Amino acid sequence: MSGWMDHLTIAPIVVPLLAGAVTMLIDERQRTLKAAIGMASALALLGLAILALTVADSGGGVVRVYRLGDWPANFGIVLVLDRFAALMLVLTGILGVAALTFSLPRWQKAGAHFQSLFQFQLMGLNGAFLTGDLFNLFVFFEIMLAASYGLALHGSGLARVRAGLHYIAINLSASLLFLIGVSMIYGISGTLNMADLAGRVASLASEDRGLLEAGAAILGLAFLIKAGMWPLGFWLPNTYSTLGSASAAIVSILSKVGIYAVLRLWLLVFGEGAGASSGFGGTVLLIGGLLTIGFGSIAVLATQNMARLAGATVLVSSGTLLAAIGAGQMAVTGGVLFYLTSSVMAVAGLFLLIELVERGRGVGADVLAVTREAFGEGDDEDADDGGAGVAIPATMAILGIGFMSSALLLAGLPPLSGFLAKFAILSPLLSAGPEVPVTTWVLLAALVLSGLATVVAMTRVGIDVFWASPAAEVPRVRVAEIAPVLLLLTLNLALTIQAGPAMRYMEDTARALHAPQDYNGAVLSGIPTAGPAAGGAR
Amino acid sequence: MELILSLGIGVLTGSGVWLLLRPRTFQVIVGLSLLSYAVNLFIFSTGGLRTGAAPILEGGRAGTLAMHADPVPQALVLTAIVIGFATTALFLVLLLAARGLTGTDHVDGKESGR
Repeated sequence: MSGWMDHLTIAPIVVPLLAGAVTMLIDERQRTLKAAIGMASALALLGLAILALTVADSGGGVVRVYRLGDWPANFGIVLVLDRFAALMLVLTGILGVAALTFSLPRWQKAGAHFQSLFQFQLMGLNGAFLTGDLFNLFVFFEIMLAASYGLALHGSGLARVRAGLHYIAINLSASLLFLIGVSMIYGISGTLNMADLAGRVASLASEDRGLLEAGAAILGLAFLIKAGMWPLGFWLPNTYSTLGSASAAIVSILSKVGIYAVLRLWLLVFGEGAGASSGFGGTVLLIGGLLTIGFGSIAVLATQNMARLAGATVLVSSGTLLAAIGAGQMAVTGGVLFYLTSSVMAVAGLFLLIELVERGRGVGADVLAVTREAFGEGDDEDADDGGAGVAIPATMAILGIGFMSSALLLAGLPPLSGFLAKFAILSPLLSAGPEVPVTTWVLLAALVLSGLATVVAMTRVGIDVFWASPAAEVPRVRVAEIAPVLLLLTLNLALTIQAGPAMRYMEDTARALHAPQDYNGAVLSGIPTAGPAAGGAR
Repeated sequence: MELILSLGIGVLTGSGVWLLLRPRTFQVIVGLSLLSYAVNLFIFSTGGLRTGAAPILEGGRAGTLAMHADPVPQALVLTAIVIGFATTALFLVLLLAARGLTGTDHVDGKESGR
C-alpha cells in the first residue's frame, strides 16, 4: 500500500494524461464511452486531490517530494506536494467535475475531441501546481494553454475564432517572455529548481543581482499576463465572454494559475531569506493590483452583457488577490488563499449559470434592455400580467437564487464566504500596527468600492433578466446542468459554515509559504555531497 | 562571437516585435516565429559561449566538469523549439480559419477605417 501511496504525487498528472490519450483514440461516435472515461478520470482526480490534501495536512504539514528517475533535485526534475499545491489540486478537481457534468448534455457535442482537450487541460493545471522546477512550469503552462486554445475554440463560430486569435497571439508572446525570464535566471543562478534558486539568491554577487531581478521581472510579466493585471489584461473579458460556458468554467482557473505562480515564486525566491532582494517587486504587485481592481470595477459597471460581466469580475478578483499579495504580510496571505478558493468557485458557477439564464432570452435582449434604460420605456409592459400572484416557475426560482448567491459571493457581502474572505484580508491589514499606512486605506477603499460596483452591476442585470423582461419561454434546464451550479454554490456555503477549519488550513499554508524552510529542506534533501545518489524515500 | 550573437538576437527580436504589431495575421505569425528564434538563440547563449571547444570530450584529455559544455540550455532550447513549433502550427490553423470565416486577413476580423 505504501508503495502505491508514494506515487500519489504524480497521479494527478498521469491519470488525465492516460484518460486524454485513450479518449483521443476512441471514435467520435462513441460519445457515451468517451464521456464515461472522462467523468471517471475527473472523479478520480477529485478523489486523489482530496487524498493529497489530507496527506499534506497531516502531522503539522507534510511536504512530499517525488523525484522522477530518482535523480537528486539539483540534477533531475521534482514534483512537490505541499498544502498550497494540494489546495489548488482540490479546486481544479472540483471545477473539473462541475464543468464536465455541465458539458454532458450539450457542450461535449459541439465539436470534436472535447473530452481529450478537457483531460489535457486538467493535466496541465495539475502539473503546473505540482512542479518544483521552473522549466517544467513552462512545459505544463504550455500544455495547459494548448488545451485551453482548443477549449476556447470549442463550438467554433466567428466570435470565438476572432477572440481566440487574440488570445493565442497574446499567450504565445507571454510564453516567449516566460522563456527569456527562465533562461536569464538560469544564466545567473545556474539552477532551475525553485527551492535551490531560493537558497542561492541571498548569496548572489551584487553585480549579478540586477540581472536576476530583471529575469524575475520578465518571468513575472508572463504570469501577470495570465492573471490579467491592469495594463496586461485587456484580452481577458473579451476572450472569457466568447468561451462556451463549460470551457469558461474550467478556463477561469487559468487566471488563478498566474496568481499561484506569483505567490509561490515570489514568496520562495524574494521572501525574507533573500538578502538584498527581499520583497522585490511588492510595490508593483500592490499598485498593479489596485489599478486592476479599478479597471475591473469600471468594466463591471460598463457591461450590459452577462458573459462580459463575469469576465470583468475575474479581473476584479485577480486585482484583489494581487494587491493583497503585494501587501506581503503573512496574516494577509491566509485571507488571500481563502478569497482565491471562494472566488474560483463563485466565478465558475456564474459562468455556468449565465448560459442557463441566457438560454431563455431572445437574441438582442441586451440591446433592448439598454434602449429601455436610456429612453425610460417599457414601464407599461407589465400591465397585462393578469392579476396578482403570477407563479414564478421553479426553474426560474432556482436560477434566480443561484444568480443572487453568486452576486453576494462576488461582491463580498455577508452572509456568504466572499464576505469572510474580504474580511480575512482586511482585518490583519488594519490591525497590523498602530500606524496604518496609506496603501492599506486605499486597498480598503478599493475592495469596498469594487464590491459596491459588483452589487450595482449584478443587481441591474438581475432585475433586467429575472423581473423586468422575463424570458419569453422558461429555459429548458436539465438536472445535469443545474447540478454543478448548485454544487459550486453549496461548496461555497460549506466554506462559509466551516470557515474555522478552512481558515486554519489557509493560515497554516500561509505560514509555510512565508517560511519555506520545510519546502526547501524537503526538496533539497538527499542531494549527495559525494558519491552516487542514495536511493530511499522517493 | 558575443557581438555577432547579440546582434543576431537583437535584429531578430526587433523585426519580430515590429511584425507582431502589424495588422495582418500573416505578419503576426512571421513575427512570432522570428521572436521565438531570437528567444531560442538567447536560451542557447546562457550556457556560455566558447569557440573551438569540443562538444563533450576532447581527444586525449580526461573529462572533467570544467571541460563540458553546459547541457541544460541545450535541453531547454530543444523543448522550447518543439513547443514553439507546435503552438505556431496551431496558430496557423486558426489564422486560416479566421481568414475563411471573416473573409479578411486583418487581425480584428474586419478592415479598419472602411
